[in-house]
Amino acid sequence: MQIKKNIAISETGFVFNPTTGDSYSINQVGQEILGYLGENKSPDEITSLMTRDYEIDPQSFEKYFYDFISMLKQFELLELENEN
Amino acid sequence: MAKKPFERPFIKKLQAGMPSKFGMKTQAEPITHIDEVAVPDLLAEHGSPLYVISERCIREKYKKAKHAFTTRYPKVQFAWSYKTNYLDAVCRVFHQEGSWAEVVSGFEYDKALQNGVKGSQIIFNGPDKNDEDLKKAIENDSLIHIDHFDEMYSIIAIAENSGKRPKVAIRVNMDTGIYPMWDRFGFNYENGDAWDAINRIMISEKLELVGLHTHIGTYMLASNAYKVAAGKLADLAYGIERKYGVNIKYLDLGGGFASNNTLKGAYYPGSDTVPSVDEYAEAISSAIINSELNPRNLPTLILESGRALIDDAGYLLGTVIANKRLSNGNRATIVDVGINLLFTSFWYEHEIYPAAPVSEHMEETTIYGPLCMNIDVLREAIAFPLLKKGDQFVVKRIGAYNMTQWMQFITLRPNVTLIDTSGKVHVIRKEENMELIRQQELIPEHLK
Repeated sequence: MQIKKNIAISETGFVFNPTTGDSYSINQVGQEILGYLGENKSPDEITSLMTRDYEIDPQSFEKYFYDFISMLKQFELLELENEN
Repeated sequence: MAKKPFERPFIKKLQAGMPSKFGMKTQAEPITHIDEVAVPDLLAEHGSPLYVISERCIREKYKKAKHAFTTRYPKVQFAWSYKTNYLDAVCRVFHQEGSWAEVVSGFEYDKALQNGVKGSQIIFNGPDKNDEDLKKAIENDSLIHIDHFDEMYSIIAIAENSGKRPKVAIRVNMDTGIYPMWDRFGFNYENGDAWDAINRIMISEKLELVGLHTHIGTYMLASNAYKVAAGKLADLAYGIERKYGVNIKYLDLGGGFASNNTLKGAYYPGSDTVPSVDEYAEAISSAIINSELNPRNLPTLILESGRALIDDAGYLLGTVIANKRLSNGNRATIVDVGINLLFTSFWYEHEIYPAAPVSEHMEETTIYGPLCMNIDVLREAIAFPLLKKGDQFVVKRIGAYNMTQWMQFITLRPNVTLIDTSGKVHVIRKEENMELIRQQELIPEHLK
């Protein structure tokens, strides 16, 4: 799971997709997750980093993480998974 | 290093559109305390969901309304509308402030008596008063507001046997320039029914006509409608004085003043469109004072305002059960408050606030109750903060009708609490339990 390479993320919580011209606002937690996705970190790595920094247990985080990923997919911000 | 508080990750597409000069706040201000009592403490102590009523707010609202009328009209009397909220503790706050009782059934009548209201200070409205109710009301010198001719003849028959002369008023419906016109209560002004009723009462001499009453509608957004109504009642009273030489002792303008809740489908929020109590007071008082009635002998003005006095004092506290995505990707939040506890969600776009501070991010959300029913929707679409399972919230302005029109349905009804003026919390109606529900049921022998 990887964020599209041309997606621009500002430090102030804005996301811009130059392919479609769409802009998005994002909260702090979402911004950090996008950052980790940009570093090609795996879901397990992201879970351990986020639960280290935030008051959240791994099970609860997983629930919100995959909900967030589904929204990124809906907005077509993720690279399509390699079918092979 | 201390961990940071977690908020659900959130991304929202920004939509370009025309900017609005009526732009709403984009951040939800939390309601963390009600009358200095912390919301989490209330829920921990009394369970979720939970009704909370602020006694301080009731008294302030009442005093403000009373002030608005008494500074404009010499003789004013409020009568608490029992159907709006007839929990005994709530009624007693109003009675302590000086309100009489306005009831619409034998059940409410008995409740008012048990709350210590004198029979002569109970106004008995409503289309359904059986002979037993009427006998009791006549015996106690209550003010009976006649709704139809069948009732009038029942009262005359009872009066003949009891030897008492019942104190009555007639209910008058009329065109006040608003739509829909309420014509189901009482006798019509324009077509002469009201005069017909007055003549029959005056000629029979069995009843004492002491007042004239009207209830022109509910959630009235036009104060001018009250001006028209008060003018027409004053005109009837003047006509009675001229024709029969009888002074009508009171004009009762009923209730129907709006609260600041926003009606479903309304373009602007209720807080921007609802007339103030001063506007209602000005419309009514000026119409009576400017009528033909002798200013040295004006009738008492009775008001049966319910919603406008109690709505703001009520809060419904609850907890988020779950979040989910609907088929179109929109967010849905399921909470433990259903429409069975928040009946007014059928009419209002209720304001729902988080109970703890949240970030500025909001997401368009549908808020569902916990009932397994498709209609159990508190808000179809609300910009709502990112609450997660277990987070608490507060529904504001729910004091009117919810604690009378609620249903025991699928779940049991929760505790109702009152925060007194010193900040002490009292349970004023205990949560229901299985025993209470089942004790009303009987099982036939063959099913045991």
